[in-house]
Amino acid sequence: MLTYAAKRLGLSVVIVSVAMALLFCMIYLVPGDPASVALGPRATEAMKEALRVRMGLDQPIWVQFWNFYSDAWRGDFGVEVLSERPVIDVVFEQLPYTLALIAGGITWSVGLGIPLGCWAAVKRGSFADRLVGVLSVAVIAIPSFVVAIYALLIFAVSLRWLPAIGAGEPGDLGDQLVHLILPSLAVGLGWVGYIARMVRASMLEVLETSHIRTARAFGLPEGLITYRYALTIAILPTVTLLGVGVGQMLSSAVFAEIVFARPGIGRLVYDAILTRNFPVVTGAVLVTTVFFVLVNLIADLVIGALDPRVRSSF
Amino acid sequence: MTVLTIRDLNVVFSTEAGPLHALKDVNFEVPERRIVGIVGESGCGKSTLINAILGLLADNGGVTGGSITFEGQTDLVGLSPDKMRALRGERISTVFQDPMGALNPVLSIGRQMVNIQYRSGLSRAEKEARAAEMLELVRIPDARAALSRFPHQFSGGMKQRIAIAMALMMEPALLIADEPTTALDATLEVATIELLKDLQEKIGCSVLFISHHLGVIAELCDEVVVMYAGEVVERGDVRSIFNDPRHPYTRRLLECDPARQSSRTRNLPTIPGEIPDLRARPRGCVFRPRCDLAVDTCADPQAERDLGGGHQARCQKAQGLTNTMAELGAAT
Amino acid sequence: MSEAVSDPAPPVAPSGLWHQVRKVLREPLGAFGLGLVVLVVLGAVFADVLSQYEPAALSPRDRFLDPSTAHLLGTDQLGRDLFSRVLHGGRIALYVALVSTAISLALGIVLGLIAGYGPRWLDNLMILLFDALKSFPTVMLALALVTLTGPSLTAVMVVVILVNVPGYARIIRTQTIALKTSEFVTAAQSMGASSARILRVHVLPNVIGPLVILASMDIPVVIAIEAGMSFLGLGVRPPTPSWGSILNDGFANIRETPWIAIAGGLPIIITTLGFTFLGETLRDVFDPRLKGR
Repeated sequence: MLTYAAKRLGLSVVIVSVAMALLFCMIYLVPGDPASVALGPRATEAMKEALRVRMGLDQPIWVQFWNFYSDAWRGDFGVEVLSERPVIDVVFEQLPYTLALIAGGITWSVGLGIPLGCWAAVKRGSFADRLVGVLSVAVIAIPSFVVAIYALLIFAVSLRWLPAIGAGEPGDLGDQLVHLILPSLAVGLGWVGYIARMVRASMLEVLETSHIRTARAFGLPEGLITYRYALTIAILPTVTLLGVGVGQMLSSAVFAEIVFARPGIGRLVYDAILTRNFPVVTGAVLVTTVFFVLVNLIADLVIGALDPRVRSSF
Repeated sequence: MTVLTIRDLNVVFSTEAGPLHALKDVNFEVPERRIVGIVGESGCGKSTLINAILGLLADNGGVTGGSITFEGQTDLVGLSPDKMRALRGERISTVFQDPMGALNPVLSIGRQMVNIQYRSGLSRAEKEARAAEMLELVRIPDARAALSRFPHQFSGGMKQRIAIAMALMMEPALLIADEPTTALDATLEVATIELLKDLQEKIGCSVLFISHHLGVIAELCDEVVVMYAGEVVERGDVRSIFNDPRHPYTRRLLECDPARQSSRTRNLPTIPGEIPDLRARPRGCVFRPRCDLAVDTCADPQAERDLGGGHQARCQKAQGLTNTMAELGAAT
Repeated sequence: MSEAVSDPAPPVAPSGLWHQVRKVLREPLGAFGLGLVVLVVLGAVFADVLSQYEPAALSPRDRFLDPSTAHLLGTDQLGRDLFSRVLHGGRIALYVALVSTAISLALGIVLGLIAGYGPRWLDNLMILLFDALKSFPTVMLALALVTLTGPSLTAVMVVVILVNVPGYARIIRTQTIALKTSEFVTAAQSMGASSARILRVHVLPNVIGPLVILASMDIPVVIAIEAGMSFLGLGVRPPTPSWGSILNDGFANIRETPWIAIAGGLPIIITTLGFTFLGETLRDVFDPRLKGR
């Protein structure tokens, strides 16, 4: 188990390194000079040159890369252009809001997806099964920002059931949760579909296995067989799926934060683009990427911890 | 008294290519405290028979005729799912072929054994004590500690012994053993068979033992039922079947048993031809297309012929086929 | 066994296009999806015929009109006809979807063949690059790119390609490696066929079918990326109509005139649902092995 964890961690480090290199290449190769991007169209040549030197852009490319790379691993993404605060501080200030949103999205997707998928599998072939199937495909297809706008329109503007903007009063957990309902629905709705489909498929597979047949032959109650014997196995792949899901939820969170005027990483990057705050963009992209890779690593390890078969095979 | 009486049992599956007659006019009994073996090639309907008894036929299959009488009174055919479930695990237990897959991989052995006793009304501690007691009975070392372990932590032979312990824990009247030793190697097979016989005597239950291994059947069983293509072709006590087989299929099956080969040979004898398509059964005797003794009248419906002492064979020539296996061997 | 009552299949399946279309149409979901797709395509192609208004024509006196016979979906904050903008927005969406998917496919195939057929170190390197590229959250990648290049249709397509290529290349690579050791490829090699010829004649035809079905299922994702970036103001530049920018106009005025937001969202929903239902049916009919991807 430990060697496996170490190997997975090593691979994650390599992937993050390559991702950093890719981002660096992108900055370097894309026509457009970070200094002029940062200073805007009215900057003079001398101002640009001064900033280039300050950003180290006058040095050879490998020196620039090494600086970028080693700084990034130390969490040093430079300073914000306007306030001169370290980018990492600004990013970590906003991160909890995005994490709360993703946690809400996972709650929606797991809370609805697992029961729906399980129900569809138990009622295989019925109208309910087909309905869950079509609805799953439908919610996967519809982009999260359309869900966000329509949810805002229906539940906040039209029905006025839920608040439209903000993250709620600081310190008031109930208010914050109420403010989380709609944005996290927009983030998680598509994943209700993914999880329902996957749980249904893996449930059908598990229900065919011989240990379920044995459990039936022992006359165990159907409820016990479905929920304790089959579902506990059928939901294991959900963990891996959610690992991937967090990446997409990070993307959806950008939209949800803008539509519902919430603070968070997405909002931060969006505002940074409008104000040409380039270090903030790089910093936020790298932090979310590391976060995403970490989540996948954790998902793999959690699977190991949950499944006694996997646990011993390491 | 008989524990299980099966009369004229017919099972049909609906498939895309038409109805599949998986069991046809099956008759036999399992008397009290006896071990009855069912033998036949794969595809002969053994698994369907088990599922029909347990009420676990697939959705597209159903009993179209006949009865399965349990303990002289309950007809298992058409019994409500709840009543059927009340019998399963309590009065009728099963050990399946695949010890690797038969236990739930994510629940501990103890948990699974406690769950099986959900109807017993015992306390959790009592259930665990009973489970440990059963594990000791099947010679699992350190039974108490074994309860908290998971299936993958045991060897194949141990898993099969655990499955047997589970099946006998509720002291059922009937144990169905579906090729319980096929997946085990030869030494383990002998040990498991002995264990099973031991426990059967201790508990006093009847056993329906399904196998394609003739040696195991001869060793363990009191009575034998020979199945071919969903029909019972011959049945009787173990000595009649092995020493005086009267159905051509049984005779060919015994000839083909590697253990019976008296001289060394490179080519094991086989029965020419294939099991008929169960969607288009041959008229009359089901073995007719492969039988070298077949005559025209074999295409007429065949009744079971009583040969005395409970020995029955579904062949019109049964009375005449009295030459012993030894003679038969000499003739070929 | 629920399909036991379906009509008997013909002994030899005719492989004509019409027969394939009928197979898809027999599935209610496939027919529904195809209907939606046809609707969207027709709307985009005949946009000029279906609506008499210029999509970018300003008309300050007609701002925020409710839907009527003159303006089927009403007008926006600049008095532009929304129905016309939705139809023309469809052109942009379909253009981006088709062009960038085609480029992604071509690039994915080339890179996948190289990774699968090339030396081991190159394969490992490319897999690492693909994994790294997939580890960026899509929108974050898009935001970073647009910061550098500024918003444009090209930026949108580059994002789509960066997002799609790793997946396609991986599939091609896996299939190529599986085929590389198969008997008929070994036989061709032993007869002195060049690598390029083996790839073109033996490997490519075997891998392209499933890939095209997968790519067709990715079209809704591409449309979502275009609309999403345009919604953020990072994609199509105004005044060119895009569903995303209509949605953004609607978002800005959501309390006063919900019509604009509805008009921007509906075509996105219709199109993504249509392509998804169609894609799912195509996959189930032609390549059941891909199920669950």
